[in-house]
Amino acid sequence: MAAVIECQGLNVRFRTDDGAVTAVSDLDFSLNPGECLGVVGESGSGKSQTFLAMFGLLAPNGSATGSIRYRGTELLNAPRGALDELRGNRLAMIFQDALSGLTPTMRVGEQMAEVLVRHQGLTRQQARARVIEALEVVRIADPERRYAAYPFEMSGGMRQRVMIAMATLCRPEVLVADEPTTALDVTVQAQVLRLLDGLKRHTGTSLVLITHDLGVVAGLCDRVLIMYAGRAVELGPVRDIFRRPAHPYTRALLRSMPGLGIDPAEDLPVIPGQPPDLEHLPPGCAFASRCAHVVETCRVTRPALLAVGADHARACHLPA
Amino acid sequence: MLNYTLRRLGIAIPTLFVIVTAAFFLMRAAPGGPFDAEADLEPEVLENIRAAYDLDKPLVTQYWLFLSRAVKGDFGPSLVYKDFTVTELIAIGLPVSITVGLLAKLVALVLGGLGGIIAALRQNSLLDHTLMGLAMTGIALPAFVSAPIMALFFGLYLKLLPVAGWNDGAPANLVLPVVALALPQIAVIARLMRGGMLEVLRSNFVRTARSRGLRESSVVFRHVLPSALVPLVGYLGPALAGIMTGSLIVELIFNLPGVGRYFVQGALNRDYPLVMGVVIIYATFIILFNLLSDLAYAALDPRVRKSYR
Ligand SMILES: Nc1ncnc2c1ncn2[C@@H]1O[C@H](COP(=O)(O)OP(=O)(O)O)[C@@H](O)[C@H]1O
Ligand code: SF4
Ligand SMILES: [Mg+2]
Repeated sequence: MAAVIECQGLNVRFRTDDGAVTAVSDLDFSLNPGECLGVVGESGSGKSQTFLAMFGLLAPNGSATGSIRYRGTELLNAPRGALDELRGNRLAMIFQDALSGLTPTMRVGEQMAEVLVRHQGLTRQQARARVIEALEVVRIADPERRYAAYPFEMSGGMRQRVMIAMATLCRPEVLVADEPTTALDVTVQAQVLRLLDGLKRHTGTSLVLITHDLGVVAGLCDRVLIMYAGRAVELGPVRDIFRRPAHPYTRALLRSMPGLGIDPAEDLPVIPGQPPDLEHLPPGCAFASRCAHVVETCRVTRPALLAVGADHARACHLPA
Repeated sequence: MLNYTLRRLGIAIPTLFVIVTAAFFLMRAAPGGPFDAEADLEPEVLENIRAAYDLDKPLVTQYWLFLSRAVKGDFGPSLVYKDFTVTELIAIGLPVSITVGLLAKLVALVLGGLGGIIAALRQNSLLDHTLMGLAMTGIALPAFVSAPIMALFFGLYLKLLPVAGWNDGAPANLVLPVVALALPQIAVIARLMRGGMLEVLRSNFVRTARSRGLRESSVVFRHVLPSALVPLVGYLGPALAGIMTGSLIVELIFNLPGVGRYFVQGALNRDYPLVMGVVIIYATFIILFNLLSDLAYAALDPRVRKSYR
């Protein structure tokens, strides 16, 4: 089964007044057709920047090297025109701060219709009908009227559902949802997750779900990528990783998780210590300063992401 | 929206009344009078003249007379341009000032607006620095410097354009005054436009719009521009009212029969009716253009529109 997304040796760096910040280092992963890949890590571990790089949306002071291919087509540093044919169409993203993601001066329905006009060459009239259907799918009551509403006239949960409807208008093959529920209150969070789950089941869209919430990963995802300080520390099927976590960081995460009913609004549980400064990454394992199992090699040599089982890999010097 | 507009117009009348009253008494409080220059007049003759213009009556009576005529659009005769009524002078000057002023605003809006948009989209590029460098020069170079230089160069040296004169508003006569008036405004508008664009370009919703693969032109014109125009609208409202008083300097340098010089000469000569006439026109336009700019905010931003109920 050929991967839809193939990321190899991705590095994302930012120039700042104090020097270079390395937000993502040497990241490899792939996304299979129809699967849901969870991406988990503390704040600042490079989850968002990885996918912003894929969409060509890094901040002006950022740059990406390496390769991210969609069905063989290179996305990194692709020309704007080629990228624009894919994003919003075959590839879609729902952003972390989605509530401010709608243009405040445009009617919600028109913003959605614009996507169909752009990518599918529909007329405004045809697009309007499709948009109203899509609003119905995400259970927005009275979609005809909501079509003409402005974002400020909608609640947070409603706007998030609009973002999901908009991202999926063109039936993308890949949907990246970056912490789609963090900004929402708890009751709405469950609705939004159900929507994403339904989407994955019914349309075969490959889903990347960036989240703080291991409970969500357990419920929705097939595989999970654990990131730490811009690196992949563990990657594998959810079931394997929850049963036999192979990396000390993953273990610490799971240990501090009080069952799967964890409050999704909360940040990841606290592990003593701080992640390393992204301007001065250590030469060895990035987790060394917080790891209970650290040995001499850890501080000198960077552990590679190596297989520990079928489709299960981790980056650690400890014997498996 | 209509309600809001009507309400604002309703408030405009008392506002105008207050401005006009203040202007009337402030001007009378200033020392000097309209006939000071004619020093060798016999006292009785002066008395007669003053009586002819009602200046011998108590101030309150004069104020009442002025008001009752002004509501009928009659501002009385000019005390300095003796063969003209104030209404006539304004009718001569206003079209000239408005033509030059409006054309200059239009030129400034198009050039400054485009310059600001381009500079913002190419932030920190050579083009951005060049455009903003030019804008700084434009702001630092006032019309009383640029106008004579242009008149000398294009008028006297190259002989391409008339040095001065109105000539019934012939296009060739308009070029230099319009450009001289527009230059500093292009600069101001370009900087406002660039600032507004940069602010909005950083927003989440712009990044999100780009993530949908929209063309850059749609992103800029549909998603960014309406919000980015807001600072410009705030500037344009009062600035547009300014064209009603004309530009004294540009009108003097290019010898244009606009209202600018009437206003200044009227004030210097204590030509009370003339000054009051110009004040009323100016105040009316200030009020009108402020209302227009508030309506423009509403056109640009649905949240504002909703609040205008
Ligand atoms: N424009 C920027 N300039 C400098 N550093 C940045 C910039 N954007 C992001 N970063 C850095 O990249 C790191 C990773 O960010 P991100 O991928 O957003 O983290 P998260 O895993 O929480 O999504 C952040 O800790 C931050 O230091
Ligand atoms: S490589 Fe060493 S420091 Fe890093 S996680 Fe493994 S044991 Fe800990
Ligand atoms: Mg993030």
